[in-house]
Amino acid sequence: MDLASAKVIGAGLAAIGVGLSALGVGNVFGSFLSSALRNPSAADSQQGRLFIGFAAAELLGLIAFVVAILILFVVKG
Amino acid sequence: MAAESAGAIDPMSQFKVNTLAGADWTLFGHNIAFTNSAAFMLVIFGVLWVFMLGGMRRQLVPGRWQAAVETMTDFVANMIESNIGPKGKKFTPYVFSLFMFILSANLIGLFPLAVIPGLHSFTVTSHITVTGVLAIMSFSIVLIVGFWKHGFHFFSLFIPQGTPAVLVPLIFLIELVSFLVRPFSLGLRLFVAMTAGHILLDVFASFVIQGLNSGTAIGPVVSLLSFVMIVGVSALEILVAAIQAYVFALLTSLYLNDAINLH
Repeated sequence: MDLASAKVIGAGLAAIGVGLSALGVGNVFGSFLSSALRNPSAADSQQGRLFIGFAAAELLGLIAFVVAILILFVVKG
Repeated sequence: MAAESAGAIDPMSQFKVNTLAGADWTLFGHNIAFTNSAAFMLVIFGVLWVFMLGGMRRQLVPGRWQAAVETMTDFVANMIESNIGPKGKKFTPYVFSLFMFILSANLIGLFPLAVIPGLHSFTVTSHITVTGVLAIMSFSIVLIVGFWKHGFHFFSLFIPQGTPAVLVPLIFLIELVSFLVRPFSLGLRLFVAMTAGHILLDVFASFVIQGLNSGTAIGPVVSLLSFVMIVGVSALEILVAAIQAYVFALLTSLYLNDAINLH
C-alpha cells in the first residue's frame, strides 16, 4: 500500500473518534434531560455543569478531527 | 465558495488569509499587512460598538435595543455570579468582551457574504492564532490573579484536600499537566469547532455544484438533498457558534474561580 492511500485510510479511521464523541455528547444531554424531567426545579442550576460535560466530551471528538486533518494535510508523502 | 472544478473539493481555501493592503508594512522586522482577518476583526469591532452604543441609553424602561444589550450583560453577569461569586464581579467586563467578541466573530463568519461577487466571509475564530491568543489571555489572567492573590499558596490548587501523602507527587504531576493543557484545549475547541463546521458547509456546497454539473439523472437529486442538508447544517452552526462562545466564557470563568477561590 502506498503512502497516499494509507493517509486516506488513516484519516478515515481517525474520523471514527468523532462519531464516538457524538455518543458521549448525546449521553451528556440525554442524561441531563432524563434527570431534569425527574426534578425540573433543580435543572436550571445545573446548566453550567451540563455545558462543562458537553465541552469535555466534545473536545475529545474534536481532537480526533484534528488528527484526521493533520494526517490529510500536514503529513508529507 | 466559488464553483469547484469537477472532482476536486477544496474546503481549505476558505480559511486563507489574504493581504488586502500594505504587503510591505513592517514593524520590528515583522510584516503587519492589513489582511482579510484584520478587516473582519474591524467589522466585528464596529458591530459590537454600534450594538453596545445603541443599547447603553440607561432608560428606566428599556426599549428593545437596550433590552437586548441588557439580556447579554445580565447573562454574563449571572454566569460570573454563579461560578465565581461576588469576588468575581470585577472580571465581568473581560468575560463579557470575550463572549461578545467570540459570538459575533462566529456569527459574522457564517454570514453568506459570498453571494456578492468578490466578497467572502472570513471566520476570525477559525484560526488557532486568534483563538490561541484569546486562550493565552484568559490563562495569563488566571495565572496573574492566582499568584497575586495567593502567592505560592496557589500551588495548593494542584493537591486536592485530603490527598494521602504517598499520592501527592503523582497527583501534583497529573493536576499540573491538566492545568497546563487548559489554554490549548480552550483555544483548540473553538478553532476546531468553527473549522469543522465551515468545512462541512463547504463540502455540501460543492456537492450541490458538482451534482448540477455532472449531467447525470441522479445529479440534481443529490444537489437538492445536499442543499436541504446545508440549510440544516447552517441552523446547527448558528447553535454551535453560540454554544462555543458560551463554553469559552464559561470555562474562562471556571478557571478564574480556581484562581480566586482555590479549592
